[in-house]
Amino acid sequence: MAQLKNLPKQVELINQALQKGWEENGLRPSPQEDDLKWCRRVYLDLIGRIPTFDELAEFAKDKSSSKKLNLVNRLLNDERYTEEYANHWATVWSNVLIGRKGGMEDNSIISREGMMKYLRDSFAQNKPYNDMVYELVTATGTTRPGTEKFNGATNFLAMKVNPDNGALATASVSRMFLGLQVQCTQCHNHPFNQWKQQKFWEFNAFFRQTSAREIQDGMTRYGELRNHDFAGEGGNPEEAEIYFQLRNGITNVAYPAFVDGTTIGRSGYLSQVNRRDELGKLMMQSPFLDRTIVNRMWAHFLGYGFTKPIDDLGPHNPTSFPELFDQLSVDFRQNSYDLKQLMVWITMSQPYQLSSRITKQNESDDPTLGETPKFSYFYARQMTGEQLYQSIAVATKALGNVSLDEQARRRDEWIRQFLVDYGNDEGDEANTFNGSISQSLMMFNGDLSKDATSVEPGSFLHTLIQQKGTPVDKVQHLFLSGLSRRPRNEELEVAKQLLIVRKNDAAGMLQDMWWAILNSNEFIFNH
Amino acid sequence: MWTNWANQRQFVTPHGMSRRHFATHLAGAATMLGASLSLGHSLRVHADTLKQNRKSCILLWMGGGPSSIDIWDLKPGTDNGGPFRTIATSGDAQISEHMPLMAKQMHHMSIVRSMSTREADHNRGRYYMHTGYVPDASIDYPSYGAVISHQLLSQRPDLQIPPFIAVGGASEGPGFLGMAYSPFNVTSNGRVRNLEASIGNERLMQRKIALSMIEDSFIGQRRGNSAIEHKKILEKTYDFLGSQQREAFKVESEPEEMKEMYGKNGFGQGCLLARRLVEAGAPFVEVDLGGWDNHDGIFQTLQRDRLPTLDKAMAALTEDLNQRGLLEDTVIVWMGEFGRTPRINAGAGRDHFARAWSVVVGGGGIKGGQAVGSTSEDGMEVVTEPYSSEDLMASVCKALGISLETTFTSRSGRPMKIANSGKLIKELFS
Repeated sequence: MAQLKNLPKQVELINQALQKGWEENGLRPSPQEDDLKWCRRVYLDLIGRIPTFDELAEFAKDKSSSKKLNLVNRLLNDERYTEEYANHWATVWSNVLIGRKGGMEDNSIISREGMMKYLRDSFAQNKPYNDMVYELVTATGTTRPGTEKFNGATNFLAMKVNPDNGALATASVSRMFLGLQVQCTQCHNHPFNQWKQQKFWEFNAFFRQTSAREIQDGMTRYGELRNHDFAGEGGNPEEAEIYFQLRNGITNVAYPAFVDGTTIGRSGYLSQVNRRDELGKLMMQSPFLDRTIVNRMWAHFLGYGFTKPIDDLGPHNPTSFPELFDQLSVDFRQNSYDLKQLMVWITMSQPYQLSSRITKQNESDDPTLGETPKFSYFYARQMTGEQLYQSIAVATKALGNVSLDEQARRRDEWIRQFLVDYGNDEGDEANTFNGSISQSLMMFNGDLSKDATSVEPGSFLHTLIQQKGTPVDKVQHLFLSGLSRRPRNEELEVAKQLLIVRKNDAAGMLQDMWWAILNSNEFIFNH
Repeated sequence: MWTNWANQRQFVTPHGMSRRHFATHLAGAATMLGASLSLGHSLRVHADTLKQNRKSCILLWMGGGPSSIDIWDLKPGTDNGGPFRTIATSGDAQISEHMPLMAKQMHHMSIVRSMSTREADHNRGRYYMHTGYVPDASIDYPSYGAVISHQLLSQRPDLQIPPFIAVGGASEGPGFLGMAYSPFNVTSNGRVRNLEASIGNERLMQRKIALSMIEDSFIGQRRGNSAIEHKKILEKTYDFLGSQQREAFKVESEPEEMKEMYGKNGFGQGCLLARRLVEAGAPFVEVDLGGWDNHDGIFQTLQRDRLPTLDKAMAALTEDLNQRGLLEDTVIVWMGEFGRTPRINAGAGRDHFARAWSVVVGGGGIKGGQAVGSTSEDGMEVVTEPYSSEDLMASVCKALGISLETTFTSRSGRPMKIANSGKLIKELFS
């Protein structure tokens, strides 16, 4: 690639590793994707929506050899995008940390707004990833913005520390930040995982000085996460131990110990040992911290991680490109956990430039068939619900001018219709926003689609209709706005026929074409 | 039918077609739509013959892991027994005193008391019990709803509603069978969102031409399988929008006493909806009742809340299907992801337990009234031949007339026997 000179060395590292993998597997990568379509992809992944017509034009006008890097830098660093960038990543991380339903249940002390605020602030200032994790794991304070001891980071653990002696906090922290799946070992040794029941409870012991309390303030409810002395289950705070039962009925004892076996003082007195702070420090030294985030980010941009699922890095789980994975993880740590740098490395690398068209020379690279991904083409995937909403709402101005907070609220409400509970105590949820008939019905007839195809004054289509230009120009505008490409001849031909059927009512024809574009796989997919 | 119409390629790629020719087709779309509606009517003439060969399955899914030791296989008077007593039923087995209505229906149903599985985590258990396979990162297996609707769809060529409907819960996905067999999720009041179009059918059909063109060319560029799946879902959506069978979702149109009989709560109305959907031809309906993850205070929760709800709805469903002559063609399955520990924990709850627990099945070709297998006095072990999720799935398939020799081929070419080669639970068919 022509731009290589200006790029960080990790881009070349990725390219070489992948090229080697393609050669070894007899794969030829797909050709490079068209620039405008690449632009659509990078907007979706970096700020959570497709580009507007004007933004696409701005990119197209840049004739320099570094136009792609310029765009990535613009989206990451230009003040115009700070808010949207922070909002997008806060949304992605809220869904990881508290789930899409977090804070929406009747008895919840989570403030979704508080979680989002903390995350938005963190991403807006590009807080180093390790600092963010440390804050989330060790947070104390209240969950709701505007309250005296407000600390939005507390929302992560607010509903996880109390039930079941903090079993959910144990399982979530180890899975989300260290890529270790321990939830089954709460009750028994895992059959094919190196984790033992003992380790689960040793990790759990870090959370036993912490509890959440509910605060009722008039009509609103929120929570406070507090540290306190822990007397231990044996009643001796100097040796604050916990007990757990093996499957054979024998009772064992556990003290805080990290996943690598490192122990800390056993005292339950906060003045002597703050267990969560100690856990935070130990996590900061763990290579699993680096690997988990690199894997998560790789999967965000390229559709699959180095492992599947991305939050299971145990030795039983096969890894694609293990050496590259190791090196990127080390480099990420050495680059001060700068997430924006990691984003540059990946978005500028060759696999991210490839077309999503599958060819005869790489069709065997199909992760949906259980193959480990080789990334020899860009894996087309459905947008997330948030990306789809944001793309329709912002790029097609379906909401008019409403604030980001209000947008987020409406969006969450819209997403909620696709969420279904599993009915267990662990708060698991299913997201049925997955390409089902319900989703098609929503895209056909839902309010958002109605707003997006409205021709009322002030709407996207109305503005377009008022502009100068032929109907063909306007159809072209629609294709570029929705699909980042120009219409093909046969598509223009359909538009012309529709104009005849609509008895030369251009607005009606544009409504029809825009509806068709928004409902197509080409629109709904990130490709 | 709309679907057939869409398959005629010249409509979707009118490249080089003259204007007049194409306009004829656009106008024709409306005519074809009218034709499809009357075709629906003429099919109804044969509906009775079709119905004779139509099998269905209703899965009552107890999310969280139901305590079968307090419902179907009690151990009264032992340390693990808990406070509930047993009552006699119309079948051979005794069940919990808090299931008095089901007790009168048990001649239709059989309890399998010898389930022994290994997955005691919610997500893994749910997946395993729904598919007959343990989770495997390399391949997604199809769940009950997908397998059964895939197999039974040919019995109902006139079906225009989704074949696999999940009421009040998420169920599990279609795996390698693809999105066309994914669950259609509705709440228990049967309300389907976004059915009302703001434009007429004629205009919708005209839009469909433009949409198909974009859709098909994207597929033609080989963007992967999910782009193709998206198109299939679009076709099903058109079918659904144009169908009279949508009426089946209107559970509120049932008479008041019917609603009362099932119980005026989410699960009760969900079961009533399931009966309506089966009547309308749906091969598979799952109805979810959550709230069984009772780590603490289990007995109060069961007695006051879960069991009365379950008892009323399940008994009403069994009775209603029977009275309508549908029970002999409809298999009812009751299960969750696992059972609960016989030992009562310090918080008066029971934890996850997969080694020995019960499920209930009946209807279709299943012999009712029995308790199959048994557990040890303390409930900790299965003392007869243990049965697995695969075995249960194979037995349900058999009861629906689906051949156990059926083999699926995943897209990677891997052949897989239906129900993961499970063996029949023989007692259910003797």
